[in-house]
Amino acid sequence: MKRIIYSEIKGNSNQFYSLAAILIVFTLSALGSAFYMEHYGHVVTGMNNQIVWGTPHVFAIFLIVAASGALNVASIGTVFGKPIYKPLGRLSGLLAIALLLGGLVVLVLDLGRPDRLIVAMLNYNFKSIFTWNIFLYIGFLGVVAVYLWLQMERRMNHFAKTAGLVAFIWRLVLTTGTGSIFGFLVAREAYDSAIMAPLFIAMSFSFGLAIYILVLLAAYRGSDREIGDVVISKLGRLLGIFVAAVLFLTAVQHLTNLYAAEHAGVERFILLDGGIYTMLFWAGQVLVGGLIPLMLVYRPAASPNRNVILASTLVIIGGFAQVYVIVIGGQTYPLNLFPGMEVSSSFADGAFATYSPSLPEIGLGLGGVAIAGLIVLFGIKLLRFLPTSLANAAIDPHHTVTAKTP
Amino acid sequence: MSRKIKSTSAPDTPGYNPSRRSFLGAMATAAGVTLAPGVILYAISKSSPANARTLDAAVTSDVRWGMLIDVGRCDSGCDDCVSACAKENGLRGHGRPETDAQWIRKIDLKNSQTGNSTSLPMMCQHCENPPCVDVCPTGASFKRADGIVLVDKHICIGCRYCMMACPYKARSFVHEALEDQKSHAPRGKGTVESCTLCVHRIDANQQPACVEACSDTGGGAMLFGDLNDPDSEISQRVAKYASQQVRADLGLNPGVRYRNL
Repeated sequence: MKRIIYSEIKGNSNQFYSLAAILIVFTLSALGSAFYMEHYGHVVTGMNNQIVWGTPHVFAIFLIVAASGALNVASIGTVFGKPIYKPLGRLSGLLAIALLLGGLVVLVLDLGRPDRLIVAMLNYNFKSIFTWNIFLYIGFLGVVAVYLWLQMERRMNHFAKTAGLVAFIWRLVLTTGTGSIFGFLVAREAYDSAIMAPLFIAMSFSFGLAIYILVLLAAYRGSDREIGDVVISKLGRLLGIFVAAVLFLTAVQHLTNLYAAEHAGVERFILLDGGIYTMLFWAGQVLVGGLIPLMLVYRPAASPNRNVILASTLVIIGGFAQVYVIVIGGQTYPLNLFPGMEVSSSFADGAFATYSPSLPEIGLGLGGVAIAGLIVLFGIKLLRFLPTSLANAAIDPHHTVTAKTP
Repeated sequence: MSRKIKSTSAPDTPGYNPSRRSFLGAMATAAGVTLAPGVILYAISKSSPANARTLDAAVTSDVRWGMLIDVGRCDSGCDDCVSACAKENGLRGHGRPETDAQWIRKIDLKNSQTGNSTSLPMMCQHCENPPCVDVCPTGASFKRADGIVLVDKHICIGCRYCMMACPYKARSFVHEALEDQKSHAPRGKGTVESCTLCVHRIDANQQPACVEACSDTGGGAMLFGDLNDPDSEISQRVAKYASQQVRADLGLNPGVRYRNL
């Protein structure tokens, strides 16, 4: 394999500045949304005492889950020693950090008292999985930063494999922690299951890779660098495996619940008559985010790249639908305090909760995406994250055509 | 003095030692006079819901405050406990039931198979193993040694994980600015809150406002007391009559128990 040359993108085109401007506008609107929510209180959002976690949490969880998955490309290169993935590792680390920071900003700015962030850094309850996650998230940023440095500093390259292994294990634990936020909620029928942890890990593999593929292609097309279809179709086929894993674990999750008569109600709600949530589950997650991408990446096509781009886009849309169904749909189903009884109260006992996302919530969530985008955009402009060429000949040791020297 | 005692006591008893006997008698009397008020006070404190703990003494786990609610005496149309709670703690609605705080609420139940209807008050159940305390990242949710589950409003960051974890939907998030708060029940926009069991009243040797209202104008369905004291009325009643905990399957051992449910 040729020696891979990495370089910064020029980042002086109109396209670059326009994208940066758009992302800055979204970031500012997120800060404005957060200020508005804090000033007037959460009464200006769609959230209430029944749906206590809303759209900001959907964005935050999606981004945090995707962050750990985005690192997989680097892990496959260094930990599992697949040479074709090695040139892709640096961007993978950068994207992981960017997505995690974007998600955390959303999570923090949605707090009732974001001004007390320092309190959360000084007072810990070590029985809380949120506390574990604070350490897992901060630790992840540190581990991935070191991992990136070891990859980028050629003299230190031989340590990259060890760092990659640590980062890989760390990311598995991190996503287990994120899934367990829900898995540990014993009182809520939609959650309360150990499968939430492996399900979230599979989701992270899938969402993270889908975002990685789109960012990689956008970066190469935007900076006029060559990228061959070998890389793209390989990533596409890998995405297919992850999408299938999500579908499999989702099926196990619901089948297990369906077997227990006590969970028949919540399953009926999600799968059959939950209105928007049922639609998002079947049409959003299963069809758009699952079956169609599978078909796109595995069916022979005249334009494999286009299929992979479309599949990745659909996986992201389906992923959002899935997280929305888990977070919002799961809370919509009422807590069952008195099994077998019909209940009613002034506090919506026994009633399906209502929720519609408000503009400030959506603004805050999109801001998290924009922050992640800005970090990647300026990251690749300032540091050498991207190989100058990902043309087939440059990365594939078996490719016979002589590579163009960059 | 010994002669005087001798003349009034059993003078002819063999081995009688008047001076020693009178000394012991005097000591017993003195000890009795000294200790009796303490013993009586202790007895009162153990049997009365009004704890004799002074405010500068630490709360201990010798006491476990609890409540027994007789659903059979709770009228569906009565919400005296709810309004007493709101008045006591300064809870004012904004006409937005989805976001207004509710520390205690009335739930109407109907058995879907038999048609039997009941009504009961539901609030923080002050669990022995509270999930809200387990999940709170900062330790703002905490359980006092005497079993009262509270929120430290100074370190609550408003993440609402406790609301996700509470099986009883007992907690509310303060969604908007507050006015005219009660100094004994501080609240804060952006933090989570729930029934405090009227901790300020308990510390002042009074009963929770809901219990008092239920007894004064309601059906007298609520009984408050120390579950750790076998002589307390609540302990004796839960020992004598069947009572149950809501969602007992979760193993949280709530301090609030229901009878005739």
